[in-house]
Amino acid sequence: MMRRPTRSRLLVVHLLVAVLFLVLLGRLWQVQVLDGDRYARMAAENHTRRVVVPAVRGEIVDDRGRPLARDRAAVRVSVDRAALDRLPDRGRAVLSRLAELLGRPREELAARLRPCGPGVNKPCWAGSPYEPVPVAGGVSERVALRLMEREDDLPGVRVERRPVREYPRGTLAAHLLGYLAPGSSGAGRGGAEPTGRDGLEAQYEDDLSGRAGSREVVVDSAGRAVRTVRERAPVPGATLVTSIDARVQAVVEKALKRAAGRVAGAAGSGAAVVMDVRTGRIVALAGYPAYDPSVWTGGIRQADYARLTSEAHGLPLISRAIQGQWPPASTWKIVSTAAAARAGYPLDGHYDCSGSYRIGDRSFRNFGGANLGGMDLHRALVVSCDTIFYRFAHRLWLKDDGAPRPADPMQHMARAFGFGVRTGVDLPGEAAGRVPDRTWKRETWERTRKQTCADARTGYPSVARTDPRRAAYLTAIAKENCDHGYLWTAGDAANFSIGQGDVVVTPLQLARAYAALANGGTLFSPRVGRAVVGRDGRVLREITPPVTGRLPVPDRTLAYIRHALAEVPRSGTAAPAFAGFPLDKVPVAGKTGTAEAYGAADTSWFASFAPADHPRLAVVVVVSEGGTGAEAAAPAAREIWSGIYGLDGRRAALPGGRPPAGLPETTGVSETDGLPAAIGLSGTTGLSGTRGSWDDTGRPR
Amino acid sequence: MTVPAPVRPRPTPPAPYRWPVRPASSAVRSASRSAARLARRVAGGVPDWGLAGAAGALCLVGVVLVWASTGPRLAAEGEDPRTYLRRQLLNVAVGAVVMVAFALADHGALRAWTPPLYALGCLGLLAVLTPLGRTVNGAQSWLGAGALQVQPSELVKPALVLILAMLLGEQPDGEHRPRGAQVLLALAVAAVPLGLVMLQPDLGTFTIIAAITFGMLVAAGVRWRWIGLLASAGAAAAVLAWVLGLLRPHQVHRLLTFADPLADPQGAGYNAAQALITVGSGGLSGRGLLRGDQTGGGFVPEQHTDFVFTVAGEELGFAGSALVLLLLWAVLARGLRVAARAASPYGTLAAAGIVCWFGVQTFVNVGMVVGLLPIVGVPLPLVSYGGSSVVACLAAVGVLMSVRGQDVRRL
Repeated sequence: MMRRPTRSRLLVVHLLVAVLFLVLLGRLWQVQVLDGDRYARMAAENHTRRVVVPAVRGEIVDDRGRPLARDRAAVRVSVDRAALDRLPDRGRAVLSRLAELLGRPREELAARLRPCGPGVNKPCWAGSPYEPVPVAGGVSERVALRLMEREDDLPGVRVERRPVREYPRGTLAAHLLGYLAPGSSGAGRGGAEPTGRDGLEAQYEDDLSGRAGSREVVVDSAGRAVRTVRERAPVPGATLVTSIDARVQAVVEKALKRAAGRVAGAAGSGAAVVMDVRTGRIVALAGYPAYDPSVWTGGIRQADYARLTSEAHGLPLISRAIQGQWPPASTWKIVSTAAAARAGYPLDGHYDCSGSYRIGDRSFRNFGGANLGGMDLHRALVVSCDTIFYRFAHRLWLKDDGAPRPADPMQHMARAFGFGVRTGVDLPGEAAGRVPDRTWKRETWERTRKQTCADARTGYPSVARTDPRRAAYLTAIAKENCDHGYLWTAGDAANFSIGQGDVVVTPLQLARAYAALANGGTLFSPRVGRAVVGRDGRVLREITPPVTGRLPVPDRTLAYIRHALAEVPRSGTAAPAFAGFPLDKVPVAGKTGTAEAYGAADTSWFASFAPADHPRLAVVVVVSEGGTGAEAAAPAAREIWSGIYGLDGRRAALPGGRPPAGLPETTGVSETDGLPAAIGLSGTTGLSGTRGSWDDTGRPR
Repeated sequence: MTVPAPVRPRPTPPAPYRWPVRPASSAVRSASRSAARLARRVAGGVPDWGLAGAAGALCLVGVVLVWASTGPRLAAEGEDPRTYLRRQLLNVAVGAVVMVAFALADHGALRAWTPPLYALGCLGLLAVLTPLGRTVNGAQSWLGAGALQVQPSELVKPALVLILAMLLGEQPDGEHRPRGAQVLLALAVAAVPLGLVMLQPDLGTFTIIAAITFGMLVAAGVRWRWIGLLASAGAAAAVLAWVLGLLRPHQVHRLLTFADPLADPQGAGYNAAQALITVGSGGLSGRGLLRGDQTGGGFVPEQHTDFVFTVAGEELGFAGSALVLLLLWAVLARGLRVAARAASPYGTLAAAGIVCWFGVQTFVNVGMVVGLLPIVGVPLPLVSYGGSSVVACLAAVGVLMSVRGQDVRRL
């Protein structure tokens, strides 16, 4: 029946079928049996997710246990980008609906989903591309419920109850506390978790953050959790007890705001520090302008971030108490006095406070040019005579002139007082200040010589076209600097002795120097943190300010200087500011400073401590462009002192000026612990029952 | 290709169509005797239990896999998890009726029905290109609305097999091979659905129809040099299509990502990568029915239709998926046996055409799932969800039974 060709052709088909099926079976064997483990791993990566269960962050409390920063439950909305990308329109419609429900522009939400990178402005997403991106925090319960109702229209959108940082005292101590921002920083921590980025939040991140728990969940292709495979409960963060006193801090911020706010325009800025001179602890520390730390909660908005980093708004992100640097002016004279005494000039010798002092062809004038006649160093400090210190500086400079190893006693004393190096305070980003000397002068000259000498040669042609006289002046200076700029001149030494010229200090540096003067010579590395206390109330770690040095100044000299400074508010330069102040009750000792700034109003300083005979606290205030020390800083300091002690008819913030000796009763259980993890969110599953943990199960299954 | 709703059998025309080539009396006679033959062939004759058993087992496996891939998802969404299970059962039931109908038809009846079937298939393919058609996954390949939706490209496959068998299987006396005119006519007949499918465009169905035509030319005994020429022409046309950019962007993308599906697992290669991962993660013995997290999580798009084999791969492992392949191989082996023993060249060619169809479609489907071939949408014969596909495949099995019935009767 069958003809030959067809039969052979069927054999060909037979063979072909056999070959095709053997190929398929072979490949199946390869994929499933030989490479099965690899694919099983890839599948596991594919459909299991490690969900970070954030730990409740520890509180930051003041010296009496009053919370300054704590966690609060809030509804957060986040978006899973991978799930959106899988939608036909790449999630445009979902974002539009979400934006409408949240009452925010769609563009803003879309911007938050972009991965950060070069050329991408804030807001953008700095975390992993596989993590859901938080787009709105602090969403109201009403909106949260509406989102839950429409969850079918919003694939890839998660509504979670998450802890957010809360600041019960508003803007108080913003610079001290710092802020949290999401993003990768700590190893082993989820990149999306808010992490301390500045201030105490950053410094004590490891103590405060606790340890996040984790949960391995099987998810479906839309990223929804199907079931939990494994779980590890989070460990809540510890409480940081600080030596900050919330009331004193409030007094300081108010006084500072009043003093710096008086300055015309946006130029008003300043800082103030209150320090316990006996222990080296910080009682209050403030900078102006400040900001409301809650702008960071739930992701900062573009406009807020722009304001925080804008020059026109005075760069409120900068903590001027530790990052601001100004010439210390006459507050520096405690250093010069100690250095002169150590160099052999008797404290109660007779010195001429002339109207000016001549070094070479240059005349250095007394403040205001006043000729006050002969006096001892006590009086020189009280009236803040400059010329006496010029003379000291010049003589000491002459002694060093030509010496193979110059002694530089002024710089030596300045460093002994802790200037020119960071104090080591437990706050990030501290500035070191500067104590200029021969080495610094030479290095600066070498760095700038090329330009300086070029300017000396060309003679500022662009300036010369419009203002030939100014060009000639600038050229002369450039020529001088080009030839001799590496020399530490007598003029430099004279400026240095009254805290002008190239010397700059931070308010905190000055505070600890005055604290050392007040406490008999102990130089501390100041601390804000006092103890780390566990959730159960157990003290995990006590923090004691380390002693970094002792002043090389005899007790007699220190007592002499203290005695002189006690006179300043009574009859000296600060007398107008302290008129009517009950100095017999609280004897305040202090020193004014007026730093001349080129092309701007003077920087106003007041550095003080009290009680003068048995000092407890040091208060340092600086007001940029505030005028003389007596005009801005001293009145602010007076306000701070009267606020602390309850004078001038005010309530005492720190009665007797005595910080509490022991640790406060810290609340092992904070208010936030009791909150159920998912109020109002329907059917949230897999809640870990651990107290003090937050669940972030995405959506109910 | 997804079939959201089962296909109902087409209403039987009142009288068989008369094909002018054959004497009318023959067709009428064969139709009138069908009832008597049914009893004899099914009860008294020797039914091909191997073929029926393998095909039945595949349908059953298909129903289970469709349920496993859709049930958990539907349950999670709060819907009836048995929706697709029920629909596929209905598909199989309808297909079984169609299969029996074809099995009972003798060659005369088949011949009589072939041209209208072919014409209907081509009309359907034409209709999907009009606004009546619906587009799914980039191809305009659906017809109808509501509960009844048909994919004419599936139904045209058995029609093409039968008409090619008719054209190539009836040589004048003494000839061993089809003549040139026959071959040209066969090519022209195949070109109509090929062209229409390309317009959708549906690369998968195009491949299958081309393979059926080519395989039947080989089986019909057309000289190798002709076949070589035809193969070269086809290859040249494919290259030309590529160069001229006649393919749609999504097709080019699929073909390009085939080279390395894991390179872009979130983008164009997503489907291929997920399919491979899902199959591979099954290992030797599988995760167990309904226990696959890849399947349960819905990571493989179109899993119950074109990617149904991944369910077997993940949940039943190598053991289960190899068994599915062996069952399909068994159907093909029985089909080739039927072809070899057929009473007429027509029967041989019809059986061979069906073997080529199932063989190539299985290879293309499983090959794309396991990463041997680029992603083109074709269902796995008898197993994938879909009314049109299941009914067409079972009709083909019915044709095999019919051919064998003639063979048995003559012996």
